[in-house]
Amino acid sequence: MSDGHLGLLEVRELTVHHGQLCALSGVSLSVSPGEVYAMIGANGAGKSTLLRAIAGLDRPTSGSIALDGADITQLRPERRVKAGVVLVPEGRRLFPSLTVAENLQVGSAYARPGPWSIERVYELFGWMAERRSQRAEQLSGGEQQAVAIGRALVANPRVLLLDELSLGLAPVVVRRIYGLLPDLLASGLTVLVVEQDVSQVLRVATHIHCLLEGRTTLQGPPGDLTAEGIEDAYFGLGGSRGQASGISEVRP
Amino acid sequence: MSWVNAVIQGVLLGGLYALFACGLSLMFGVMKVINLAHGDLAVVAAYLALGVITVTHVPAVWSFVLVVPLFAVLGYVLQRTLIQASLDRSVLTTLLVTFGLSVVIENGLLQFFSANSHSLGIGSLVSDSFSIGSQITIAYLQLVIFAVAVVVLLGLQYFLSSSKQGRLIRAVADDREAAQLAGADYRHVFGIAAAIAFGTVALAGLAFGMYSSFNPTIGTDQLLLFAFEAVVIGGLGSLWGTLAGGMLLGVVQQIGAQISSADQILAGQLVFLLVLVVMPRGITGGRRSMA
Repeated sequence: MSDGHLGLLEVRELTVHHGQLCALSGVSLSVSPGEVYAMIGANGAGKSTLLRAIAGLDRPTSGSIALDGADITQLRPERRVKAGVVLVPEGRRLFPSLTVAENLQVGSAYARPGPWSIERVYELFGWMAERRSQRAEQLSGGEQQAVAIGRALVANPRVLLLDELSLGLAPVVVRRIYGLLPDLLASGLTVLVVEQDVSQVLRVATHIHCLLEGRTTLQGPPGDLTAEGIEDAYFGLGGSRGQASGISEVRP
Repeated sequence: MSWVNAVIQGVLLGGLYALFACGLSLMFGVMKVINLAHGDLAVVAAYLALGVITVTHVPAVWSFVLVVPLFAVLGYVLQRTLIQASLDRSVLTTLLVTFGLSVVIENGLLQFFSANSHSLGIGSLVSDSFSIGSQITIAYLQLVIFAVAVVVLLGLQYFLSSSKQGRLIRAVADDREAAQLAGADYRHVFGIAAAIAFGTVALAGLAFGMYSSFNPTIGTDQLLLFAFEAVVIGGLGSLWGTLAGGMLLGVVQQIGAQISSADQILAGQLVFLLVLVVMPRGITGGRRSMA
């Protein structure tokens, strides 16, 4: 590649179509180890499509995805898990008829070696061990989200993809879940998070990347971005306001 | 007392129906595939056993040692190729493809074995029986088949609920995309489920071949129908329901036969329709999970 600095996860010029609809159009990003890289944007901006494409569930029309220098664009989703890319999908997607423990066991069935185990997930979420025999469908939304994160962690990912953690959850629950991020980073994880709730993500992110209608409209470290600039990029307003120094702004 | 006998015979026959039905239930529960060739596959297993017995001269009851593993392999291969390819297109395609498979199998069997009836000779075991009182006579063969059916269903239940592979099968049945995200190759898991389903249908085919005579068309004419009825009466996706459904179907058929021998099949069909109308989710309520 042309630039000497390569991130752990490199996405180049990724374009994804859903039938006729172009959901993602030439999006590039580079996530360095230990980062909390946040994708923001309104509904239908292509954030979830991006994560699904990185996880292998949506096939890109063009572009490439590389993990630690190795191209994974053609790998099936299950092979990407073994390579170290694990997605916590939108809407949790637990196995409803399986118990909490069984959900975690399925997550660890093809795990890479690493620091996370089912026991450690039980330590992270104090309530979980007692309720391990309950079916996932009987849990509350926040509890399900915790199990979904646990199921991804036990696979020992290198890059954890988190899709709309806050969806349908009470703000206090969302804060608690985002409060876990330092623990996850301390275990050596890199996180790529998609979120509609910008205020939440600004507190934790090391890099902000804004999508609008499948295109990049703004990106940079949160310290360099102004609230107005983010607002403009998020809603596609004006475009002349938020050009502070150090921010790369790309207009569609 | 003859009514009591009818009920007992029905329960025993129901075990055989449940053995037929559990593979159908498993394939629908896990892959959402309705295998219209299910009955024909059972008949193929019986003919295969006939060939094995003729060539190797082993006693008929031991033919399963070869036939069941062979069918398991066949199930895996067929799932990974033909059935998966049709699943990738649409669920409707799987109906058409398995229907086509059924036609091909039936005509192939007619070509090779003629339309004459055959049976797996097991000597005197077919008629050996013991009596309770003066009215109730129980054939050892039927008792053995019933026991095998219960053991298979119990074993399958235990495998699905307690083993690592069974857990993966249930996970894939719940949400195959989420299973992929956990690193599972759902196509392989589908293959394993199909291997189990084919193994059980082979066992059912052999049991049927010892219990009664068979011909190339009986698979669709009777076996598939009874398996369907057992699954629907019991509730889709529940193995316990399948066993209960098979027994209820068996009992109703035997009671129908008690009234008039022409009413045997009709009675089963009527109860099947009644269950569909009154309890469309089956007598066990049709739980969503496989185990």
